[in-house]
Amino acid sequence: MNQIKTLRDIPTREQLAPGHRLCAGCGIPQIVRFVLKAVPDPKVVVNATGCLEVATTIFPYTSWKVPWIHNAFENVAATASGIEAAFKIMEKKRGRRKPRIIAFGGDGGTFDIGLQALSGALERGHDLLYICYDNEAYMNTGIQRSGATPKGASTTTSPAGRVIPGKLERKKDLISIAIAHGVKYAATLNPAYPVDMYNKIVKAASTSGPTVLHYFTPCPTGWYFDPSRSIEVARLAVQTRIWPLYEYDNGVYRITVMVKKPRPIEDYFKLQGRFRHLLKPENKWLLDEIKKEVEENWNRLLKLSGAST
Amino acid sequence: MSIRWKSWKELPLGMVIPEPATSLEFKTGSWRALKPVLDENKCIRCLLCWVHCPEPAIERLEGDRVRIDYNYCKGCGICANVCPVHAIEMVMEGGEE
Repeated sequence: MNQIKTLRDIPTREQLAPGHRLCAGCGIPQIVRFVLKAVPDPKVVVNATGCLEVATTIFPYTSWKVPWIHNAFENVAATASGIEAAFKIMEKKRGRRKPRIIAFGGDGGTFDIGLQALSGALERGHDLLYICYDNEAYMNTGIQRSGATPKGASTTTSPAGRVIPGKLERKKDLISIAIAHGVKYAATLNPAYPVDMYNKIVKAASTSGPTVLHYFTPCPTGWYFDPSRSIEVARLAVQTRIWPLYEYDNGVYRITVMVKKPRPIEDYFKLQGRFRHLLKPENKWLLDEIKKEVEENWNRLLKLSGAST
Repeated sequence: MSIRWKSWKELPLGMVIPEPATSLEFKTGSWRALKPVLDENKCIRCLLCWVHCPEPAIERLEGDRVRIDYNYCKGCGICANVCPVHAIEMVMEGGEE
């Protein structure tokens, strides 16, 4: 496992086969491909219910070339903990090398339904890599709001209209939740910054104990944008400071992609149907509120990382 | 590969899929409406399309050249969008016009 400098250093071997049924333009396969490339064999993948699970393993088809197990929304971290504990005993008794345990959960399986199991796994200190692919709603079941849906987003259970202008509550801060459990490494990832993403995965996988990665997943189906603009949307999320790229490594915060001059938040919003209503004059109060929160979050990270603008 | 069964009695216990990567039999290329066409002469071997392809339907060949696998390409157009030199063009599937 080595850190890389350019895209050319990324291994060519793929362990996720094409033929899966994720939507065209989906952002999930990129994190899966990168994790399978960056984490050396042997490895075991544990997958919560969600887009990734339903689309890659429609019986009798599977896209995985590594040992893979599915469990329900709420217990992916518990299953991963059990696998890790079993391999630990096998290593002790039979001298079999322990594989790396990788757990994938969507934002529903991480922020809402699976949070309790994740909290338990982090607290018990199992040696596993937990990756949350966050597409900011329950996309697989029909775009219902989740704890990860950002303020102002319109979903089928928080539809923007005359009564409410989209979801009114703020998004949970997963990385802070993980850090509060005392994890050694946690980071945010974005597909538009592949080298940064790859290096963070390598770092997380080589840290012993639980590590949490939070991945920004552009979703053309649920966010209502053209599938070809997936990476453009992801890049804008970073450039507008909505999705700051940072890591927490043994008590030290570091912003890995410094955004000196942020793009206006409207640029990110106007690309997506779920935010389009925020640009209407009657919803300006909410837009201002979101802008204020994004700025506050950025300043908080600047302060924590000891960096200056 | 034998992933066709005559009756439910032949199904593997617990619906375990004993072979890896059986999804290769499911050709998602039929989903495509727009087809990416690569102009080899314009390509600068930057690998961005290979990195960002969600399938992955873009193969990395020797010398960092790339090839698009139309059996699986769903035609999302990410490759054409991220290409810095516009070497990939999206054309309508099944028509010269």
